[in-house]
Amino acid sequence: MLRGETEFWRTVNEYNGEFNGLQNGTDEVTPGTVPNRREFLAWMGNSFALSGILYGLSGCTSAPPEKIVPYVRPPEDVVPGKPQYFATAMPFSGYGIGLIAQSNLGRPIKIDGNPYHPASLGASDAIAQSSVLGLYDPDRAQAIASSGIISTWHSFAAALSMELIAARADSGAGVRILTETVTSPTLAWQLNRFLNQYPQARWISYEPFGGDNERGGTRLAFGTELDTQFRFENANVILALDSDFLSDGPAHIRHSKDFSSRRRIAARSDSMSRLYAAESVMTITGAMADHRFPVSSMEIDGIARAIAARCGVQGIPLPDSTRWPWLDLVVADLQREARHSLVIAGPQQPPAVHALVHAINDRLGSIGNTVIFTDPVAAHLGNQLESLKLLTDEMDSGRVDTLIILSGNPVYTAPADFEFSRHLDKVPFKARLGLYSDETSARCQWHIPESHFLESWGDVRAYDGTASIIQPLINPLFEGKSAIELMSVLLGETPQAGYDILRDYWGQHFNDFESSWQQSVRDGIVIGSAAPLRSVRIRKDFHVPDAPVQAASDPASLELVFRSDPCIFDGRFANNGWLQELPKPLTKLTWDNAALISPEKANQLNCANGDVVEIHNGERAIRAPVWILPGHALNSMTVSLGYGRTHAGQTGNGHGFNTYAIRKSNAIWVVPSARIRKTGDRMSLACTQTHQNMEGRDNVRVMTLADYIHNPDSEGHAETGEETGSLYPRFPETKYAWGMSIDLASCMGCNACVAACQAENNIPVVGKEEVERGREMHWIRIDTYFQGSPQNPGSYFQPVPCMHCEDAPCEVVCPVGATTHSSEGLNEMTYNRCVGTRYCSNNCPYKVRRFNFLEYSNFDSARLKLVANPEVTVRSRGVMEKCTYCVQRINRARIVAEEQDRSLRDGEIVTACQAACPADAIVFGNIHDEKSRVSVLKSQPRNYSLLPELNTRPRTTYLARLTNPNPEIARGR
Amino acid sequence: MEPTSDLQPIEEANPRGYTYGSITDKISSIVLSRPTTMGWLAGFGVATLLLLLLMVAVSWLLVRGVGIWGINIPVAWGFAIVNFVWWIGIGHAGTLISSILLLLRQQWRTSINRFAEAMTLFAVACAGLFPLLHLGRPWFFYWLLPYPNTMALWPQFRSPLVWDVFAVGTYMTVSFLFWFVGLIPDLATLRDRAKKKSAKIIYGILAMGWRGSAIHWHRYETAYLLLAGLATPLVVSVHTIVSFDFSIGIVPGWHSTIFPPYFVAGAIYSGFAMVLTLSIPLRSVYRLQDLITMRHLQNMAKVMLATGMIVGYGYLMETFMAWFSGSTYDAYMIRNRMTGPYAFIYWALILTNLVLPQALWFQKVRNSVPALFAVALSVNVGMWLERFVIVVTSLHRDFMPSAWGMYYPTLWDWATFAGSIGLFLFLLFLFIRFLPVISISEMRQILPMSQAPHPETAP
Repeated sequence: MLRGETEFWRTVNEYNGEFNGLQNGTDEVTPGTVPNRREFLAWMGNSFALSGILYGLSGCTSAPPEKIVPYVRPPEDVVPGKPQYFATAMPFSGYGIGLIAQSNLGRPIKIDGNPYHPASLGASDAIAQSSVLGLYDPDRAQAIASSGIISTWHSFAAALSMELIAARADSGAGVRILTETVTSPTLAWQLNRFLNQYPQARWISYEPFGGDNERGGTRLAFGTELDTQFRFENANVILALDSDFLSDGPAHIRHSKDFSSRRRIAARSDSMSRLYAAESVMTITGAMADHRFPVSSMEIDGIARAIAARCGVQGIPLPDSTRWPWLDLVVADLQREARHSLVIAGPQQPPAVHALVHAINDRLGSIGNTVIFTDPVAAHLGNQLESLKLLTDEMDSGRVDTLIILSGNPVYTAPADFEFSRHLDKVPFKARLGLYSDETSARCQWHIPESHFLESWGDVRAYDGTASIIQPLINPLFEGKSAIELMSVLLGETPQAGYDILRDYWGQHFNDFESSWQQSVRDGIVIGSAAPLRSVRIRKDFHVPDAPVQAASDPASLELVFRSDPCIFDGRFANNGWLQELPKPLTKLTWDNAALISPEKANQLNCANGDVVEIHNGERAIRAPVWILPGHALNSMTVSLGYGRTHAGQTGNGHGFNTYAIRKSNAIWVVPSARIRKTGDRMSLACTQTHQNMEGRDNVRVMTLADYIHNPDSEGHAETGEETGSLYPRFPETKYAWGMSIDLASCMGCNACVAACQAENNIPVVGKEEVERGREMHWIRIDTYFQGSPQNPGSYFQPVPCMHCEDAPCEVVCPVGATTHSSEGLNEMTYNRCVGTRYCSNNCPYKVRRFNFLEYSNFDSARLKLVANPEVTVRSRGVMEKCTYCVQRINRARIVAEEQDRSLRDGEIVTACQAACPADAIVFGNIHDEKSRVSVLKSQPRNYSLLPELNTRPRTTYLARLTNPNPEIARGR
Repeated sequence: MEPTSDLQPIEEANPRGYTYGSITDKISSIVLSRPTTMGWLAGFGVATLLLLLLMVAVSWLLVRGVGIWGINIPVAWGFAIVNFVWWIGIGHAGTLISSILLLLRQQWRTSINRFAEAMTLFAVACAGLFPLLHLGRPWFFYWLLPYPNTMALWPQFRSPLVWDVFAVGTYMTVSFLFWFVGLIPDLATLRDRAKKKSAKIIYGILAMGWRGSAIHWHRYETAYLLLAGLATPLVVSVHTIVSFDFSIGIVPGWHSTIFPPYFVAGAIYSGFAMVLTLSIPLRSVYRLQDLITMRHLQNMAKVMLATGMIVGYGYLMETFMAWFSGSTYDAYMIRNRMTGPYAFIYWALILTNLVLPQALWFQKVRNSVPALFAVALSVNVGMWLERFVIVVTSLHRDFMPSAWGMYYPTLWDWATFAGSIGLFLFLLFLFIRFLPVISISEMRQILPMSQAPHPETAP
């Protein structure tokens, strides 16, 4: 831990070592607060465990020498080598996802869903999985900066107080607070108190992917702003209108859980839901649909009207719907399953469509069954876009003299025509709280590093209103402050730690404070805090505004759809290498965004993958590489936001193109007509799966529900279990034989397993160039195949971890015996023994082995070492690696079982991919135990193994994909 | 085969008009008295530069790792293995000429065997580099050797790579011994004829006390014959085992029983092509046309024609079996070779390795030195392409379409390849300059004067 190890610096001064103000977390206990016992112990544990590491972390300062001494009285429950688990919650786009964080010796290293939490039910997503890397990101802002110069919290507090004293004179008329969507009860309480103190001040919240349209829809339909919840587990027929409910919005994990519960068929009597999707760009929801109809986003309005008219919604004339020949059949199906059908529209659809959808659901009798309503969970109502517009106008006219930006990156994410950054320059006092010193911070004279949710106390509500206490797992690594700590300064209170503020607030709401508090912190949810359901009634004067006039179809212009990025969302995760390298579910692109178009349109434009086009939205234009996505609507182009960052950090800068530059407030989701021009330039894109055609092979086996019920063996899907000869003797039978079953009927390719595996198994990030060379390191990959016509193909996901073959081709060819068979059937890699001939990879028919062609693991950056799972070896250059079935988890459970002198129980061992999966598609267990879940699944007729003709006898097997098509609609039209 | 060639008298391959003394003068003068020419220096200079390139490439490889090459998943083997198999194949002609032809009493081999053996040795040295360098952690290469250790760890004997270590190691050792034992009488000749003291000492040490006594000759002949007997199975075994590297694997395009004979034939094919490629310029530069005669070149051309046909049969059988097996994967493999992204390499291979060498059917071509040289070069290129097709095009698209990828060699791939040619040439130039390129003692034995029936008083 030397000074020289600091390789990341933010300012030239820092680089030159001209400051020494950067402190480590030791002064976090602000004077005047006495930590309680629990807090004290937590800090004790963390600081003892980290005392050595933090010394290195501080890097720039020479921290006072400390003696490392053994515990005199060891902290409660801390057993070195044994992980501890704490409930917490991740705020994502304002809403909470309940998590259980795993802490090893004071370091949070792994995240999983909190089974008690309604938005998680134990599952998680790629973003939650990757949040631990975000915590240790060396590029995070590390010090309070004033105009780029390192400053102190006290100087900031002083400067802010001066401003507020001045503001008191005019009741804060020039004070504005800009936040993201806020659901935190404590923060909302503070903000409202602030607004009471300064009645003229205003609070604006803005999210680039906010819920304005959805709330606008309820206002049109019911006359009031409401939040909509969906009960996919109750829905027999679902129609998704441009809605990617499996990956969009604060409830997407819950949606995945509920939806998949109706797609996994165990017994033949089980019923299965049917999903129709009409959408422009292929999403994972569309890929899961039994019938997918590629239509442009602008067409959805017409479709919604046509369905509404057929369902008998008042005041909707029956439009011409000959363009959608499937429509009548879909409506008939919805009506047949009335009360158990569900129509859902995507957040990018205008309020009118949402209102129509509510009216349709009302007519179908779904409201109250599959669709329910609550009061809005977000603390701040109103149209976010309009309020941001108002703010920029005020900034322009000089009426704002103090702007506090709590998170969010409006300079980057605000609509281009607001020219937010230009107007921001007119504000005299600007302070920004943010994890990174990003585009917005660069234009604010004060930057306050925000503490990560894993290192600060806070609270957040889930999509249904359930509140969670955000419990920190580590002292702030830097000088980070949370929003509630900053607000307490704004409120002019004696600076308080987040913990005390939180307890202040919840103290008013809990009857039996201490026990309720303890329970809420432990469970990760505040019991009974969910928003009450509202019964709703379509307003009498139900009326939706007329559909916008369709733009004349000009061959050189397309509808342009803006979407959040499936990996880095709105750009806030751009510096997270795990997310950057995560292949996007359908395109399999990494490190870049691309302009997605249909194969037919690509032909018309004469574009191939990687051809750079100019996209004009009015006077604004960007250049973007084209990527051809089968199944994309013809006259439509989809661009994702979040790339083209300039101040994201070392990892995120310079990747992709910034789509915000052409996102204007008049068409924030869909531009009806954008001009496209081919430039002739080319750009290389890093794609992890260049071949998405199955070539007539049966890697993914698909059968319809009807076939499965009536004749499951019709296509020879069932494995006969017949043994074919091998020259090698069988391995002796042992008590445990580990195996895995992956259900392709419920897997929806969301990538949670890939990210979870990366976090659990210390999988390195290799970078765009290496991905382009075909050297990504993911131990589990999700293969995406398209089948059928390129206009509207069937699309299938297949997660591929190591098959752990019983007759493994890799084992025989290793010259040094570095990959061997364990007595329990694991195909094991001994990294220390591997010399790196790579013969095993050549001989692996599944190509699941990964090789460290270069030194991919980061052995130099002290901070990134902290995220490593101590139970898994960090591999160095020149050795092969692959999925181990999380052998460390098997052995941890085995130790516990042996201590208690019992056998391992079914379900006791959960692999990282299995734990993360929101679709419960992955099940791991002992296949020698006939009653284990995995054995039961493997005995289903849907069970098959990959490449069975090679006689490798894989322990990982698949359950065939099931579809439930409407027999009346011919597949593929 | 044209009947005339078989009927040619054996003498045609033998030196006419030489005496024991003059032939010794002729061959030893290349080493002892001929001045170092500008041509040699230029050639040696180029070879040295290429060798330096190899050293740079290897140093960078050791610093950074095999990732500097274009290999990836799925194509985890690239140029390194292509070059290894290519060089090992080239290294086959020497032993074949030395041992099998010796045992078959094909005396025409005499004037080319030394040279071919040296070439073998250098080719095997180049080949041996690659399996070491291609390791992810080359410093642990010795883990492939069965040596006693405290961990009681042995190599995994089911792996063809371990067999490879033995096969190549044995071949290298026997080739070296064979070459060196054959050199001993000549080294003694050089020792006796050298004028400079340093040369006397060095050649003297290398000659290991050879005095040319009858008992020396007796032991020498016995040892040479035994080594020839030992080396003979190696000609077949080495490339058979190298082919196991592929045919033991389950990759479509590798997993095939035709590989051993097909590889051995290919090795001899490429070995003879390389002997021709090198001997044609050599005989013209050092005016050895009357020692390495047209008969030699013709015979080598015929061996090439024969082995080339076996190789062609191999290509045909691969294609046939892909259809006959009914395996989707094999059928796709052949289709991909012929029409996939690397199809141009496959067709270049068919052209250079199969079509062009058919010219050797014609006496005119076999009699034309430039034509023979061109065909030999074409086969050298073709055999390299063949290994590329086997290694890369088989791997890049195997069982799972989702895992398919492409392999593009990097500059470092090319640098290492060119550098290995540099190493080969470097050693070859040194050999030409410092050792007799043709066996003096054996040439003496086949002079007409030693063929005639002699009285008791032999020389």
